[in-house]
Amino acid sequence: MIAVASTIVVFVALALLVTNAPGWPEVKRTFFDWEQFKASMPEIARAFLLNVKMFCIAEVFILVFALVLAVLRSLPGPVFFPLRALAIVYADFFRGVPTILVIAVLGFGAPALQLKSVPLSTTFWGIVALVLVYTAYVSEVYRAGIESVHPSQEAAARSLGLSRGQALRFVVLPQAVRRVVPPLLNDFIGLQKDTALVGFLGSVEAFKQSQIDAAATFNYTSYLAAAVLFVALTIPLARLTDWLIARDRRRRQTARVA
Amino acid sequence: MAKLASFAILVASLAVLAAGCGGSSGSSAESTSTSGASCDKGDLNLVKPGTLTVGTDNPAFPPWFGGDEKAPWKVSDPRSGRGFESAVAYAVATNLGFAHEEVSWIVVPFNTSFAPGKKKFDLDINEISFTPARAKTVDFSSSYYNVNQAIVGLKGQPIAKATSTADLKPYKLGAQLGTTSYDYIVNNIKPSKKPAVFDTNDAAVQSLKNKQIDGLVVDLPTAFYVTAAQVPNSSIIGQFPTVGTPEHFGMVLAKGNSLTKCVNQALSELKAGGALSAIQQKWLAKAAGAPVLK
Repeated sequence: MIAVASTIVVFVALALLVTNAPGWPEVKRTFFDWEQFKASMPEIARAFLLNVKMFCIAEVFILVFALVLAVLRSLPGPVFFPLRALAIVYADFFRGVPTILVIAVLGFGAPALQLKSVPLSTTFWGIVALVLVYTAYVSEVYRAGIESVHPSQEAAARSLGLSRGQALRFVVLPQAVRRVVPPLLNDFIGLQKDTALVGFLGSVEAFKQSQIDAAATFNYTSYLAAAVLFVALTIPLARLTDWLIARDRRRRQTARVA
Repeated sequence: MAKLASFAILVASLAVLAAGCGGSSGSSAESTSTSGASCDKGDLNLVKPGTLTVGTDNPAFPPWFGGDEKAPWKVSDPRSGRGFESAVAYAVATNLGFAHEEVSWIVVPFNTSFAPGKKKFDLDINEISFTPARAKTVDFSSSYYNVNQAIVGLKGQPIAKATSTADLKPYKLGAQLGTTSYDYIVNNIKPSKKPAVFDTNDAAVQSLKNKQIDGLVVDLPTAFYVTAAQVPNSSIIGQFPTVGTPEHFGMVLAKGNSLTKCVNQALSELKAGGALSAIQQKWLAKAAGAPVLK
């Protein structure tokens, strides 16, 4: 009871505080203009298709490359030290450099080489940059998953006659990946939002289109339209992951009972 | 019990906050209604009393700004009084009774020039085109320059042979964010490829150099600077004919600012006395001669 009452009072107080602020009419007109929202939405939605295309293509490569990188990093023994070192340097570098810089260097730098075989498309280079950056993040997520599987599991698999590769493939990775699905989704959502950075190269994606509208009308409502599109995609995806995890847990429980 | 107590404190503190806000709204309404009755220097509604605070974006590009670059300004220096917009700003300031050193320049990126709320500048002069939609959010001074759009391309490329707006349709064109150049592309050229839009002049120029775009649409004076200083081996393919009402640049001021009236008065005096056209002749003379595209 107290929790409900408290929540209501806080929200009513906040709403009153905001709507009674001296600048509220101006803020309302420049951020929450329904006419402007309707006017800018169709074009922003069309531009959003470019974001969808970019993150769908990028995500496929990221999931594969990151897994390879994580496996390389978990290879044991001194023979594989160079590969491990390379994987570490890669992850450190691309997690440390601002994404926008990677996008700018590739998107403007690579075509500036004026090589015949180098594509000029900003969308192409935007996707390459996102794949490079997010592979570094996602490989760390995979690595956390791999390291969360107890070494005794691999030892047991090896004692049953599985090779190291087989143990990794059939024992370690299935458990590891299952455990890191929520953080993987987290990075996927981050990727979705970072597709907006590709707009820096000149590609007109949803956020760039909303910037164009905002600059043309001096009204920020179009940003809100872009935000709605991003959120509309994120929320169902989050619920889907929740459902996948729950289903997975149910299955394992019933399997144990049987 | 502890929960109830903290809840009571929360409600009380919110009430205080709300009361505080109510109080400030009353006082701000008063201050706007009393100031700016006349255009005497002492009566002007200024961000910082005694100083005219002028905003523009950094880097400040020629021919709008001139002089050698001096920190914090890049490329040129608005404080020099050189370059068209710098000269206009100082002419307006002088007309309003400010000495050269009473004009203070601050960096105002284009995107923040129209943010709601209290402005940090008295006026912003940054090649901003007047449109009725924009004028709903900010005050515009009257025109200080009527502008034409132009297109820049690399020499020797197919686009360089274009002689009409229709010839430009098959090409990948680019413009800078927030410019009416983009509107011109979308509304009048209607190219078959989706135009690219860049956050900054540098990004647009780089893209043209890289041949990622075939043509860059900018205002005519900027086109002269791009071809002369920024992109070697580029040329102005042509300037566009005016469609509808001529486009003009205006200074941006806070909506409802009493200073707007005084700036307009200063501008009309500068126009009547021929000072404004003299400044334009001095800094933008070159910008007159480029072939007009059919």
